[in-house]
Amino acid sequence: MYKILKAEELATNIYLMNVEAPRVAKSCQPGQFVIVRTDADGERIPLTICDYDREKGTITIVVQVVGAATEMMCRLKTGDSFHDFVGPLGRPSEFVSEDMESLKKKKILFVAGGLGTAPVYPQVKWLHERGIGADVIIGAKTKELLIMEEEMKAVAGNLYVTTDDGSYGRSGMVTKVIDDLISQEGKSYDMCVAIGPMIMMKFVCLTTKKYDLPTIVSMNPIMVDGTGMCGACRLTVDGEVKFACVDGPEFDGHKVDFDQAMKRQQLYKTKEGRAFLKAKEGSTHHGGCGNCGGND
Amino acid sequence: MQTDVLKKVPVREQDAKVRAANFEEVCLGYDKEEAMCEAGRCINCKNAQCVKGCPVAINIPGFIEKVKDGDIEAAYQIISESSALPAVCGRVCPQESQCEGKCIRGIKGEPISIGKLERFVADWARENGIRPAGAQEKKGKKVAVIGSGPSGLTCAGDLAKMGYDVTIFEALHEPGGVLVYGIPEFRLPKKDVVAKEIENVESLGVRIETNVVIGKSVTIDELLTEEGFSAVFIGSGAGLPKFMGIPGEQANGVFSANEYLTRSNLMKAFDEESNTPIMRGRKVVVVGGGNVAMDAARTALRLGAEVHIVYRRSEEELPARVEEVHHAKEEGIIFDLLTNPTEILEDENGWVCGIRCVRMELGEPDASGRRRPVVIEGSEFTMDADTVIMSLGTSPNPLISSTTEGLEVNKYQCIVADEESGRTTKEGVYAGGDAVTGAATVILAMGAGKAAARGIDGYLSR
Repeated sequence: MYKILKAEELATNIYLMNVEAPRVAKSCQPGQFVIVRTDADGERIPLTICDYDREKGTITIVVQVVGAATEMMCRLKTGDSFHDFVGPLGRPSEFVSEDMESLKKKKILFVAGGLGTAPVYPQVKWLHERGIGADVIIGAKTKELLIMEEEMKAVAGNLYVTTDDGSYGRSGMVTKVIDDLISQEGKSYDMCVAIGPMIMMKFVCLTTKKYDLPTIVSMNPIMVDGTGMCGACRLTVDGEVKFACVDGPEFDGHKVDFDQAMKRQQLYKTKEGRAFLKAKEGSTHHGGCGNCGGND
Repeated sequence: MQTDVLKKVPVREQDAKVRAANFEEVCLGYDKEEAMCEAGRCINCKNAQCVKGCPVAINIPGFIEKVKDGDIEAAYQIISESSALPAVCGRVCPQESQCEGKCIRGIKGEPISIGKLERFVADWARENGIRPAGAQEKKGKKVAVIGSGPSGLTCAGDLAKMGYDVTIFEALHEPGGVLVYGIPEFRLPKKDVVAKEIENVESLGVRIETNVVIGKSVTIDELLTEEGFSAVFIGSGAGLPKFMGIPGEQANGVFSANEYLTRSNLMKAFDEESNTPIMRGRKVVVVGGGNVAMDAARTALRLGAEVHIVYRRSEEELPARVEEVHHAKEEGIIFDLLTNPTEILEDENGWVCGIRCVRMELGEPDASGRRRPVVIEGSEFTMDADTVIMSLGTSPNPLISSTTEGLEVNKYQCIVADEESGRTTKEGVYAGGDAVTGAATVILAMGAGKAAARGIDGYLSR
């Protein structure tokens, strides 16, 4: 069992949890993920690591309620435990093993969409600890769904917050901020890292392609074991089949087939959505809604 | 009970029509009377060929003799000397090509039903609370075993019986490896059989730590230098599923057999109450002809689908066990032999809606000695399907080999290990099972685990 040392609601339906997992905390790097099960019958849910404390042996995760399994997970309180917590899985972000001198010369732009702010954080923090101040764009649908602004401010070079509805910070999508920064505000970057919903990452990649700005994305497709055994998480990158769990989760965003990846993500989304609705509505739900998977 | 000595005492099975709609075990096994009667057919050869056919060299005539006398506990202890998982092996070993294939009785008439007798003895011991005997003396040395599948459990059990302090590291949340995620409930019940065999291994003093991915959570070098292990056995299994590389393979509704079976077996998706979903197709095509393909097909059938097995060679070349093919046919699986997929068709939303295939004929023998299937020109046709399960085998997972300095792999990425001792190119590190051989059988993996336990004991006793 893996004890939850802290559980708090960051925004509506978005929860942060600090979990005791010494083996994971000892060896994880930015970019990697864990798989979590709430109870003995729970689904295996992949979540990107948001922070880690090697000395305390803890991992921080951020979860959003999108279906029955995440709803069950978010009901856990401080002092409760996860049944299973395995990791770190996947490869660390590429810059972790890059030559420090050349990395220090790079201007890096992070683009975080919604819940994607959580996995962006440890990467920006890792760079900050090595004297590298990366610029960060955080996009949220609306002010209430914005998370980790203060934490990010403490580790980022420049932080740009935007909301789709203009209720806070700049107004509009993250892609607009990228355009504004590069074409109007005289910024230039050598590398971009974008993490968020697939649809956001797709459009960030279309935008950065215009500027020939190399862009890394973190894919979070459907997964079962997370160790390369099942192939559920396969996606096409540069015409080749890759497994997100062992070859990724980070890939060259300009080479990822996002349209295919988004179709594949729908596979059980609808069913999980149904399970969620069934739980909510009890006997009144008869399934067949076919499209209640929540937003990704 | 009267019998024809030339014939096996028949074993009771669930009726094919009934079992096609449930996940209960197909074979019901012998009762004590039937087992004693079958044991009575054994002629107790002095130079027993059956033992030579057994990868873990169970004293087969010895245990059968005890069954004949009705002393089942003594029979169990004889089996336990050689096998840590008799209830599993009695169910899933390919006895026809091993012990029973060599049985002298089988020259004229049917061989002794050794597998069913082994199963009966193991089941009886479980029901009567009999456990294998543990070590008398502790050696005071720690050994790490990676993976809790057949090779890992066997290696760990044997080392524990020799007195070593053994810890198994399992990547998944439940121990058992392929016994849990791969082989379906109706062939190998999880709670009653697999979990109990694992408890027996634990009762020998073996510790199992789940949710540890070696190469990620901790490396082999760290186990040896920081965690105080004197030797390591790698039994991490086969790994990454293969796909055909044909168009449409990423469509929704195309699964690897590994994914399909893992969802159903490990995650219990066959149960309506399970939290993990599985796609319940109406028409399922399983591509491949091995035991895993049969397992996937029979699982899909039980989930309510019409199921076709598409295999590019003929029935004679099917790599699956004869018994599995027979059971699959009885249950209503349709075999489309000498047929090979060329494309998976998807609808406008990216879901599978059919599969294009060609007919094949057999030509000259190829490198494997089997006649090479050749496409019949102009034979293309389309089958309806909403689900396609690819069961084409696996290739080794590089998680361990890529994170362990000095561990040699061959051109297939399998770990190089000595067959006799399991010794790898890295000192103190041993390996066996599918990680070494590529996908094979439960019992071969157990044989390798056993050999490695001897190898490790030799290394640590120097």
